[in-house]
Amino acid sequence: MNVNGRAVTADVEPRTLLVHFLRDDLGLTGTHIGCETSYCGACTVIVDGRTAKSCTMLAVQADGAEITTIEGLAADGELHPVQEGFWERHGLQCGYCTPGMIMSAVGLLSENPDPSEDEIRHGIEGNICRCTGYHNIVRAIEYAAAKMRGEEPAPAEWETQEVTA
Amino acid sequence: MSVETRHRIRGGVGESVTRPDGVPKVCGAFQYLDDLRADGMLWAATRRATVARGRIVALDVGTASAMPGVHDVITFADVPGRPYQGQIVPDQPVLCDGEIRHWGEAIAVVAADDPETARLAAEAITVDVEELEPVVDVERALELGDVFRHFPVRRGDPEARGDVVVEGFYEMGTQDQAPLGTEAGLAVPDGHGGVDLWGPSQWTHVDHEQLVACLGLRPEELRVHISGLGGAFGAREDLTLQTHIALLALRTGRPVKQHYDRADSFAAHVKRHAARMWYRHEADRDGRLVKVEARMILDGGAYQMTSQAVIANAATFAVGPYRCPNTFVDAYVVRTNHPPAGAMRGFGTNQACFAAESQMDRLAAELGIDPLELRLRNALEPGDALATTGQVVTEPLPTSEVIRSVAALPLPDDEPGDDPLRLPGGTGLTTPPDRVVRGVGYAVGIKNLAFSEGFDDYAEARVTLTADGAEVHTAAIEVGQGMVTVLIQIARSALGIENVEVVFDDTSKIGSAGSSSASRQTQMAGGAVLRAAEAARSAALALAGGDDLDDLGVWRDGELVMTLAELAERGPISEWVRFRHPETEEPDENGQGRLHVDFSVAAHRAVVDVDPELGLVRVVQIDIAQDVGRVINPVQLRGQIEGGIAQGMGWAIMEELVFRDDGTVANPTFTDYLLPTILDMPPVEAVLVEQPGTWGPFGAKGMAELPTVSVTPAVVAAIRDATGKALRRVPVRPEDIVFGDG
Repeated sequence: MNVNGRAVTADVEPRTLLVHFLRDDLGLTGTHIGCETSYCGACTVIVDGRTAKSCTMLAVQADGAEITTIEGLAADGELHPVQEGFWERHGLQCGYCTPGMIMSAVGLLSENPDPSEDEIRHGIEGNICRCTGYHNIVRAIEYAAAKMRGEEPAPAEWETQEVTA
Repeated sequence: MSVETRHRIRGGVGESVTRPDGVPKVCGAFQYLDDLRADGMLWAATRRATVARGRIVALDVGTASAMPGVHDVITFADVPGRPYQGQIVPDQPVLCDGEIRHWGEAIAVVAADDPETARLAAEAITVDVEELEPVVDVERALELGDVFRHFPVRRGDPEARGDVVVEGFYEMGTQDQAPLGTEAGLAVPDGHGGVDLWGPSQWTHVDHEQLVACLGLRPEELRVHISGLGGAFGAREDLTLQTHIALLALRTGRPVKQHYDRADSFAAHVKRHAARMWYRHEADRDGRLVKVEARMILDGGAYQMTSQAVIANAATFAVGPYRCPNTFVDAYVVRTNHPPAGAMRGFGTNQACFAAESQMDRLAAELGIDPLELRLRNALEPGDALATTGQVVTEPLPTSEVIRSVAALPLPDDEPGDDPLRLPGGTGLTTPPDRVVRGVGYAVGIKNLAFSEGFDDYAEARVTLTADGAEVHTAAIEVGQGMVTVLIQIARSALGIENVEVVFDDTSKIGSAGSSSASRQTQMAGGAVLRAAEAARSAALALAGGDDLDDLGVWRDGELVMTLAELAERGPISEWVRFRHPETEEPDENGQGRLHVDFSVAAHRAVVDVDPELGLVRVVQIDIAQDVGRVINPVQLRGQIEGGIAQGMGWAIMEELVFRDDGTVANPTFTDYLLPTILDMPPVEAVLVEQPGTWGPFGAKGMAELPTVSVTPAVVAAIRDATGKALRRVPVRPEDIVFGDG
């Protein structure tokens, strides 16, 4: 398979899950394991252009596939607009769900570059966040969508609020 | 407290500064506990009890030990030091001591070459159990006298009578913190009989204290380090796998790693206490509270953990943020054969708030007074005495203002329409629009800040000036809440230096900062950092004879007189502080005294749409007004509010760890333990009420728990408003709405 633009060849046991192969064999620990039951989405990666929950996919199923993980998003030291959005718009707290959220958002924006708020919410409904209450995640994806369309993101709510310092 | 700096610092107090850990977190480079590894490390796996109570009649690890790739198996008999742990009362066996006391209790732990071998070996351990009748009912536990702590409140005249009486029973199910990262850890032997440990912690120094006792080590032989946590919310206040992997590392001489799966995580960490409560409120015709009586029983589970402190909060906030001259409470936390309960966001105040706020609504209905007006007539303000402990409120407490502020926010004007996404039941297409009933509910919460009951609560910090900025050293734990940003902002504003970095020290390098809990680190770690930074600034100005400090160095009359590099060469300026908040007292035999150092209040309003025929609920909007003292970082603070609301709303309508009649857990997976998704989360409007306190940095108050506390009763009040049902239990289930009493 090809992972983040790098050809990878390995013999794995048939039972090896893709997420374990990525984390333990390739050392790509940015892909997290939250529930092992495909529910939380912390393990989301992109397989042949589509998002997949790597905790319920066998490594052998990805034989020959093109895989992108969170580590493969930033190019030449530049954050991907979705990564930038999650940082700039405070779309994370503990950050454990963040790589999976970001990969789901990247998948959503590749299919729909100008999503409404409802479409964003539906696009990432398979990803659980326990910290943020999700609103800043929506703002983060709106920021990224604008950037990827070559537009200036709308100012953050707090940029228009008075600073009390 | 204000600090004079000549120039305006960028990224100081009051700004929505981005997180310093944001870039590594969005790049997948941030090191969480489960990402740690060491050369030659072994993997651990745990064998757990499958029954709630029983006696182990035979335990045979022979087959497991003989399996290829297995290096060690530990059981209770192998614990070299004190075989019991617990931060208040050490009553939890490090591994099962022969009597199983809850489902999921750890019996043995295996260390093997890889996780699969470890898991198979754990399964190969033979455990013969004679099952015993479990205690699963809190009333039964009380009858048996198995009480961890009884907290009585006796204040005023027991014979006092009001004109109106309302009485009710309330019940709350068990909630799990469900942090997205499960427990993980790494223990590395140091080659000299000691060990370095990275484990899931909210307070490394209290972990250290317990671990050296259990492992039989001298304090200097164990260093507890800080690493990335995938959330906490109270779940990491007590030990889980730390003792096991440290012991395995010491025995095998190899690094040992463990990463719990979700079922392990549900089994191992403490829960929020389930509760059963009876209340009687008496008021005069104008709605003024005359007397409140309450009997509360919290399910402590099998071991004490932090239950003793939780029950003090439940008892002392039993009335809520209201005046009442006559208050009588008996609050008990009892031992059952459920998994241990302990800390979760709100720490005992949530249960009291649900019952007390439900009572206030019933009282309002009985009196024919608007529920908000009733609360305003009784609102606790500075100068008033807390209804339970009698202690006078000496700090700002804008109870009336948070109530008025949330009520003044606009209500949603949308109609459900026929978009299924805007209807209860969603795309299940269960609910025709004309069946939807809207409801609105309010609740007000109060929470203590920092530790109470005379505990010696302190936080240490060190601020060191370097050649190009400043370092803040602390053992306070960033669990995701954004404390790291807040400490940087406080240090910047106090120092005048922008280039500030936080260094998280292990237990050997700095003293305790206390726990990242109790809404305390902004005030406690932040208070220590403020004072250390002020001292470092003063020392720098004195050394160079200057009148201002910034990233270039020390200035005098607008001239740079010494660079930071020159300052550092003269001998580093490094100021250490141990900060304490004003003292508190232990309660007397009637629960009276200055138990708490400070309080904060919040008011929630929830709007729901309900399908009463199917019992389905869609939360339409939740608003909050919260007393925050002074905002250090607006975007982070709003993020805490929104996340806190999600958790409290979850408990109101979906989250419950369900126990079978035999005490075992029915739903220890995310498939069955329901968490709010992005589609469950309604819009949130938040009003931040700023009345600076006297002892927090720049007037800030802790704020992270209250968003969770009063939202639960507000959502239930809204469902009651829509349906007319009594709804005495949370989470509210569809059958409670369809078949419940009116």
